Amino acid sequence: MIPTHYYLFLGAALFTIGVVGVLTRRNVIVILMSIELILNAVNINLVAFSRYFQAVDGQVFAIFVITDAAAEAAVGLGLIIALFRNKETVNADEIDLLKW
Amino acid sequence: MMLPQIAFFFLSAVTLISAVMVITRRNAVHSIIWLIVTLFSVGGIFLTLHAEFLFAVQVILYVGGIMVLFLFVVMLVNLDVALKQAQFNRQWQVALVTAVVLMAELGYGIYRGHQGFTLAQVTAAPMSGGNTQAVGLALYQDYMLAVEIASVLLLVAMVGAVIMAKRKIE
Repeated sequence: MIPTHYYLFLGAALFTIGVVGVLTRRNVIVILMSIELILNAVNINLVAFSRYFQAVDGQVFAIFVITDAAAEAAVGLGLIIALFRNKETVNADEIDLLKW
Repeated sequence: MMLPQIAFFFLSAVTLISAVMVITRRNAVHSIIWLIVTLFSVGGIFLTLHAEFLFAVQVILYVGGIMVLFLFVVMLVNLDVALKQAQFNRQWQVALVTAVVLMAELGYGIYRGHQGFTLAQVTAAPMSGGNTQAVGLALYQDYMLAVEIASVLLLVAMVGAVIMAKRKIE
């Protein structure tokens, strides 16, 4: 039997790695992948607590999180294609049209 | 050490190492391959938590669906120019320090609070009918409205993706 807080440490570490990816990378596609890492960290926490409380609700929530991840990936990748068509770049810091 | 502990620590190590590889690779295709490794091992973590249905969803939907979408976009977008440029932006030192502080805060909070989890001894027998039946009953009885809202969300996302990727909007 593995204690629940081991899973919470794992989720926190995965979340932090995802945050580092979002904050430091320039490539927009890698930033989207880091967001997927963050969502997976959330899922680990949800399923760990679902196991802890012996209730299935956490797993249902994890399914909804996966649904959101699919929707977000579809719209985000569509945005990247539209962006690349207009600006010929995938670097996040070159997309600064709204920056004063 | 017993077998569940060995499995947990092995899967955790694979998850964290491949996650670090995802955010450090220069080539986006390599990042995607490492992300697939991460998602598989997170699915294994779900298995150690006895969430078998979620493991199947993770493999079919994440690895089979979303990652193929990522691969297609990387093929559509010409990344040869971006490969030769700097991969990290100018604020990466500040971001790294911030993330280390965040990690320390989270770790300290969990470490101080984990006495609350010492009751986590599983004594109850697993639900009859198995995990898939339990999740299905919860999804289509207790969370019926949420499932409908999620389906509308997926429809909106599909229309939005088609509109975004369209060449010309009349």
